[in-house]
Amino acid sequence: MKSNLIVILCFGSGICLGMTYGHQIADMIQSLPTYLLYALILQVGLNIGANGELGILIRNISPTTILLPLFTIAGTLIATTLASFLLADWSAPDCMAVGCGFGYYSLSSLLITQLKEPAVGIEIAAQLGAITLLANIIREVTALIGAPWFMKFFGKFAPVAAAGSPSMDVCLPTITRYSGKGIVPIALIHGVVLDLSVPVLISFLCQ
Amino acid sequence: MFIVLGLLLAGAATGYLFRGRTFFKAIDQSTAYTIYAMLFIFGITIGANEELINDIAKFGMQATLLALSAILGSIVASYFAYKIFLKKGGRLEK
Repeated sequence: MKSNLIVILCFGSGICLGMTYGHQIADMIQSLPTYLLYALILQVGLNIGANGELGILIRNISPTTILLPLFTIAGTLIATTLASFLLADWSAPDCMAVGCGFGYYSLSSLLITQLKEPAVGIEIAAQLGAITLLANIIREVTALIGAPWFMKFFGKFAPVAAAGSPSMDVCLPTITRYSGKGIVPIALIHGVVLDLSVPVLISFLCQ
Repeated sequence: MFIVLGLLLAGAATGYLFRGRTFFKAIDQSTAYTIYAMLFIFGITIGANEELINDIAKFGMQATLLALSAILGSIVASYFAYKIFLKKGGRLEK
């Protein structure tokens, strides 16, 4: 809760500063985000390695545990491709990249903004980044609120799939409440696989 | 793209080799600070983007459409994953 407030505060004060002095500051901070992104990715990697997430993944990998994350990824890619036909502004890979945030909104929005910039310029890249941020926050909130209905109409795996990457942390209590305690290992593996796939899929789709 | 994937792999390998060291417990915290700094700068970029600020409703609708279709696609796919899981004899404890 406290960290969410800090996130909103940092982001909001950045927007206010950008609206008032944006053009003067923009040149000063041009290359800073790139290095911060590299620092962020390195730390995400260190965290995955040091927390034993990789170990959990490797020990528990089996056709039944890997099935759900693969289906979540495929379902997201197919549905966002279909949605791209309704959005004239963005190509199918753009829309797929937004979907591939899988609810990991901080990392995905920053990655997309940085990786799209060389090809389309900072204005368009920031727009797609902002859409990614919003879309993935909406995904997380919807997954939390909608869990009982997803479970009712689409089965016990649905609350996990809807949550995406937060199925291993933020959304886990809600998921176990509706899908039962037996879902925990599946939800954890699902979260680890999707966490890893966010930077991989997005850098692939944004090249 | 290769820089991002290379750093991710290098980080994961290093983290795995030195897992359990107290130094790496601090990474959660430093990751959070890096994200705060980047979101602040991202905010500046967004604030300076007049088209985005003026058309925030349009971009909000696009984000909502993408979020809802991503969820719908995922839960429909999960339905089939659950069917296959049950068919293979998988079961979930209560």
